[in-house]
Amino acid sequence: MAVLSPAPTKKSPDEEPAAKRNRGGLAGRLFQFLSTAAGVTILVTLAAVAAFLVIRAWPALTASPEELQKISWFNADSILGYTGPLIFGTLLASVLALGIAVPLALGIALFISHYAPRRLAQGLGYVIDLLAAIPSVVYGLWGALWLAPVLDPVFRWMTDFLGFIPLFEGYQPPAKNILTASVVLAVMILPIITAVAREVFLQTPRLHEEAALALGATRWEMVRMAVLPFGRSGLISASMLGLGRALGETMAVLMILSPGFLYSFHLLKPGQHQSIAANIASKFPEASGLSVNALIATGLALFVITLAVNMLARWIISRRSEFSGAN
Amino acid sequence: MTTAPFSSAVSPSPAPTDPGTNALDGTRRRSRLASWAPWAAAGGSLVVSFLVVLVLGTPTVASVVALAAVVYAVSVTVVSRVVEGPRWAADRFATTMVTFAFGIALIPLVSLLWTVLQKGSTLFSLTFLNTNMLGVFGDMTEGGVYHAIVGTVLITAAAAVISVPLGILTAVYLVEYGRGPLAKGITFLVDVMTGIPSIVAGLFAFALFTQVFGPAFRAGIMGAAALSLLMTPVVIRSVEEMLRLVPNELREASYALGVPKWLTIVKVVLRTAIAGIVTGVMLAVARVIGETAPLLLTVGIVTQVNWDLFDGRMTTLPVFAYNQYSQGGVGVDRAWAAALTLILIVMLLNVVARLVSRFFSPKASR
Repeated sequence: MAVLSPAPTKKSPDEEPAAKRNRGGLAGRLFQFLSTAAGVTILVTLAAVAAFLVIRAWPALTASPEELQKISWFNADSILGYTGPLIFGTLLASVLALGIAVPLALGIALFISHYAPRRLAQGLGYVIDLLAAIPSVVYGLWGALWLAPVLDPVFRWMTDFLGFIPLFEGYQPPAKNILTASVVLAVMILPIITAVAREVFLQTPRLHEEAALALGATRWEMVRMAVLPFGRSGLISASMLGLGRALGETMAVLMILSPGFLYSFHLLKPGQHQSIAANIASKFPEASGLSVNALIATGLALFVITLAVNMLARWIISRRSEFSGAN
Repeated sequence: MTTAPFSSAVSPSPAPTDPGTNALDGTRRRSRLASWAPWAAAGGSLVVSFLVVLVLGTPTVASVVALAAVVYAVSVTVVSRVVEGPRWAADRFATTMVTFAFGIALIPLVSLLWTVLQKGSTLFSLTFLNTNMLGVFGDMTEGGVYHAIVGTVLITAAAAVISVPLGILTAVYLVEYGRGPLAKGITFLVDVMTGIPSIVAGLFAFALFTQVFGPAFRAGIMGAAALSLLMTPVVIRSVEEMLRLVPNELREASYALGVPKWLTIVKVVLRTAIAGIVTGVMLAVARVIGETAPLLLTVGIVTQVNWDLFDGRMTTLPVFAYNQYSQGGVGVDRAWAAALTLILIVMLLNVVARLVSRFFSPKASR
């Protein structure tokens, strides 16, 4: 494509003729072919992921209810009926995590970009990025063995005093409920939301900020008038990237949540919810035959959901000019 | 607790107030709080909440700090509202909240690192690092992670062997050659690919290899394929960023000397960006080395060393940690020790990566 029609580049008009003159030689063409092939491989890989998931999910999608019932853990009439509560659990955990993480990430990003002393800011950014470096299985251990006992008195208090709200009723002691899992998920998605939000806030035009301050605004008023309106779309897409991460996170949910298959809003009760990813991880090692296909079918649902969320997020980001992205 | 501005016990310390606005409103504003007032309020609220907790029950660090945070937020806002007016009170409240948000984020980080260090050190030793789990059962505290370290290193290395050339070449394409819709599409899909859940990557590798080699096939290379699916977009992103930092003048100088484009890329562009590329690759490795779910699905677990990537199950550190945790008993201690090993490896990779970028990057880059 690029060989046939070298479009004129914007940045340097002199580069193009030179490049054209220098392109020749077998080695040059081979190198260009290799790098283009690598790029195309990415497209092919993504297509292959979708294709193989569909191929392997197909037997389960077309199987009759009687065949599906032979799977020992299958508790519904159809694959859709089985995946439904799982999707609900996945979404509930992720949305709760997002509810906890977004306000925190907003504060942290503002702190690093506009409040902390300039010299410290980069170091503080690294500290938050450290949270992203910790393996998910360690988060699982920490959530199940450290956080759950710490949250226990809090949940006890919530169910005693706020128990009249259906959301919080019926807490049972080991805190292996969806709210604990969501807190851990929130910690895990904090770094990516913070990183993107920080990046956007730092791009606020300096003149807008100085104009606000020159009009006598306090720092908070400056943030509200100049920084937040500028960064709103960035913050939205950052949250959606975080949502994408939370939807697909396996180990934290697997190690913390005691599973159940209900459409339930009891956040503090154990044995009510399960997420798609954790369900696959817990059942897959022992699965064989049709049950593998059924699990892959639930994985396909997860793939489609995360793909949609991520595409939407990236689309919002790419509408902003010259924004480099999350990583 | 509202006596904070008048307390004389606290030494005045430089507080981060906004220097740009103070001079402006000195003429109009009634008065401002002294710059040491927030610090005094912080100290005062710590003392007050310590006393309150002491009266109500036994004070713990967590309860005192939590109460002090609330007392501080309320007292500073109220005092500021009385002395400075509502706008400045809102400003102080926002500053407090934003700082607290950062403080709250430190709680999981510190507690996690501390817990792993403390609980992991019960079983962590040299013997733990160089024995495997062969013949270990019941309550035996023997056994170790040698086989898991071997598996993790082999699988991650294989994943890197797949991802690094692919990632670097794709980044070169995007920066140096890519024009038009194909490049745009690849950029977009690379971004989307960073969001693929790790478990889906595991399912993909499983589906691919069992489709080709039969349903019972298990080998380390399956895990490596899954990890490389997660790793490639990260490598592409960071290498791309590094290549864009290479000044255009260098390329033009090379062209002016008559060097072909591909040789310019290899000898000038990649050579200039090499430190950043190494850093990016190491950070990508650090990110996938802790992946658990895809390896749980594809590679499984065994009790001893398996050096063959292409045949049979292997043990990896994260899967080992999960497996031991779910067995309970002594297994939990072993899981913590494995987690400590894993975190040490990840932190080492992170530190080395940052050092590489600090000491070997050319002066022109930021």
